[in-house]
Amino acid sequence: MTTQTKIVTSRAPAKEAVKDASMMKQKEMMAAHYDRLTSAPETGAKVAATFVPGNLNELIMCFDLVNNLPEVNAIQNGLRRVSGSYVLEAEKIGHSEDVCTYVKSDIGMMAKGNVAPNGKKFPNPDVLLLSYTGCFTFMKWFELLREQYKCETIMLHTPYMGDGKITKNMIDYMVKQLKDEVIPTLERVSGVKFDIDRLREYLKKSTKAEDDLVRVLQSAKAKPSPIDAYFGGIYYIGPIFGAFRGTSDAIDYYRFLREEVEDRLAKGQGPVTPDGDMGKEKYRLVVEGPPNYTSFRQFWKMFYDEGAVVVASSYTKVGGVYDFGFRHDPNNPLETLAEYCLGVYTNRSLPMRIDMLVNYINEYEADGLLINSIKSCNSFSAGQLLMMREVEKRTGKPAAFVESDLVDPRYFSAANIKNRLESYFQMIDQKRAGATVAAA
Amino acid sequence: MATSLNPSATADIVARANALFEDLSFTSARKWKVAKPNRKVVGYMPIYVPREIIHAADMLPLGIVGGGDQLEVIHGDAYYQSYICRIPRSTIELGVSGRLDFVDGMLFPSICDVIRNLSGMWKLMFPHVYSRYFDVPQNYRDDIGGNFYINELTELRHDLGALRGKPITDDELRNSIAVYNENRQLIRELYKFRADRPWQAPAAEVYLMVRAGLVLPVEEHTAFLREYLAAARAEERPMRDNCRIVLTGMFCEQPPLNLIKSLELSGCYVVDDDLLLVTRWLTGDVGVKGDPLQSLSDAFLHHSESTAAKYEPDQKEKGQHLVRAVKRTRAEGVIFAAPSFCDPALLERPMLQHVLKEAGIPYIAFKYAENSGQMQPIREQAGTFADSIKLWSGAAA
Repeated sequence: MTTQTKIVTSRAPAKEAVKDASMMKQKEMMAAHYDRLTSAPETGAKVAATFVPGNLNELIMCFDLVNNLPEVNAIQNGLRRVSGSYVLEAEKIGHSEDVCTYVKSDIGMMAKGNVAPNGKKFPNPDVLLLSYTGCFTFMKWFELLREQYKCETIMLHTPYMGDGKITKNMIDYMVKQLKDEVIPTLERVSGVKFDIDRLREYLKKSTKAEDDLVRVLQSAKAKPSPIDAYFGGIYYIGPIFGAFRGTSDAIDYYRFLREEVEDRLAKGQGPVTPDGDMGKEKYRLVVEGPPNYTSFRQFWKMFYDEGAVVVASSYTKVGGVYDFGFRHDPNNPLETLAEYCLGVYTNRSLPMRIDMLVNYINEYEADGLLINSIKSCNSFSAGQLLMMREVEKRTGKPAAFVESDLVDPRYFSAANIKNRLESYFQMIDQKRAGATVAAA
Repeated sequence: MATSLNPSATADIVARANALFEDLSFTSARKWKVAKPNRKVVGYMPIYVPREIIHAADMLPLGIVGGGDQLEVIHGDAYYQSYICRIPRSTIELGVSGRLDFVDGMLFPSICDVIRNLSGMWKLMFPHVYSRYFDVPQNYRDDIGGNFYINELTELRHDLGALRGKPITDDELRNSIAVYNENRQLIRELYKFRADRPWQAPAAEVYLMVRAGLVLPVEEHTAFLREYLAAARAEERPMRDNCRIVLTGMFCEQPPLNLIKSLELSGCYVVDDDLLLVTRWLTGDVGVKGDPLQSLSDAFLHHSESTAAKYEPDQKEKGQHLVRAVKRTRAEGVIFAAPSFCDPALLERPMLQHVLKEAGIPYIAFKYAENSGQMQPIREQAGTFADSIKLWSGAAA
């Protein structure tokens, strides 16, 4: 169960990266999905592009559509270190240096041949399902893609939880959009008639995978934590936030992952890092904000080299918040899709986000909060400095702030980030020493 | 009436508008509040809120569009990273410095993620103030987006009624709609006047006159606009050999007044713009009979401005509002002026530029911040643009 495999990454740092069995399985799933996607012209499968927050994978599958997620493509391009050239290409053709680099990576990729991670060409989408959830940029992104692909575009507007609650008006509005616009258009594009019982079956499967995901994430409450809930967590969320929620493959993957994590938990082991098992757990952190993908491994190393493990993160809730009880409900299929979209992390008000982070620090007995503020992402970033102060005030735990970008390598300054992290760990040490003195 | 005005009438009116513009303590709104007991003031940010509902509750709607180039931002910068636009930090500065301490409520419209998140920050920083994120539908069908919007309006109406201590009646709402219809008619008239004779109504003056509507009671502002129009029509001003341009992208963070002046000084008459859109968001009169919230919803869904914060469901319609504005105002080019780090304006810009290119309309683009101080590069760019239009547009035709 704790099988570890060494693989050689294609770019620097060239040292072999250690991955545990679940990571390898996840990688295979993602590769299989890309093959399915790029073979669409041969198989005749139709393609729906949509977004991770507000991803209606179960509904998409009801129409035999293959799900393509441009953010995930941008992430893959970041990890493979080709996003920088795509971003530059987009800027060359008129996109501002100030806007989201996911968008520019996507547009630059299109301009340079639209090549998927498996080396084959992405098919043009048959429909753009603009699930407008928690991010203003999504709306403009798909207007930009519509201009290029000239395909049908469906807007599904998710109201923002500005007052920290889901109202009947919000649910009614979303269900009406689903019934009267989203579903009829998907029927027309796909040629497949909507079957609500088929949707229920997928939703039942989602629930099972969601249960296991939550158990994996909550395993980090143990000391030492058997997982890293940010860097490792990004592997864990891949299938459920992507094209697998609602499938048997997702159920199998999350059961496998849970068993693997439970095994590590039973043995008192910490997380697996690219350099093997992490040494002694010295710092337990909660992280807010997305990671940098162009230097992902280097960024992670700055943590595990210091014995820092992330026990909870907000980014791993961007495609769905399950750890406070929400599960897709097969008995109310359309309402549950609405509730899912409304509840994703970036659609929550700032006070709600602060409550979550405070809850994580307390529940996971973390030493503090680290914010990785992303230049590209105003949805996450605007207000984070106030969030930091509020969390510090309410928990009494120290917080720190670093800055980088999603997939633009120009905004990853390793020396700056490392300095700040080291100072932060010293701050935690001093805080502990102070507490020990006070207790004595 | 116009002929009885003396030549300095325009200057006097504009001086008053300028004083309102420069007053970062909002003295006029403060005076309004204390003139009668229990009066309340509700602030709102760009891009649009139905001010009729605030007015119907006997409250003063107060437009908050940042701190401009005269406000020293001391605290506000501590709340934002360098890559976030300027308007939220100067708005926070206005708040924490006590300049908004008389404001009883704040509305944060659905325009972008920065203003959206500011709504949550306001709740935390000013817990005694009624704060609301004002969501609007991105679906324009009456039975879908319309129903959602009417329910949102109903909630706002309820909340403001509670803040007043007395529910807002339909008659009050209908009366407010009529009052705002009149104001919008005047603003449309002003914009038409400027488009017809831009030398008679310089862009900076028009801006100041419209901007006054963010702080004055609407009835007073309507009278003020009338006064200006009469004075501007009466005063003969020299026509310059300027080109005519439409200015776009300035719908949220405001440019420095000097920037607007610089454009005209460098040879560009502004014949249309998207500044302070709240004052003309609704493009026609709102119905004054029947259910007032239904009327506001009809206007929002079917008769409102196109801008980057709205989804355009029809690809063929994308950017056509700009082409129509160019034709309507006989403009010769478009200037894209966007605040730095403004997601809506900057993400929208390439799409609009493609439409203009297809329509054969020349354009230039630059960025600014509300506190930009150096106008020379903008003057040079705008001046070159004006020259190129004058020299080459005829040749191209």
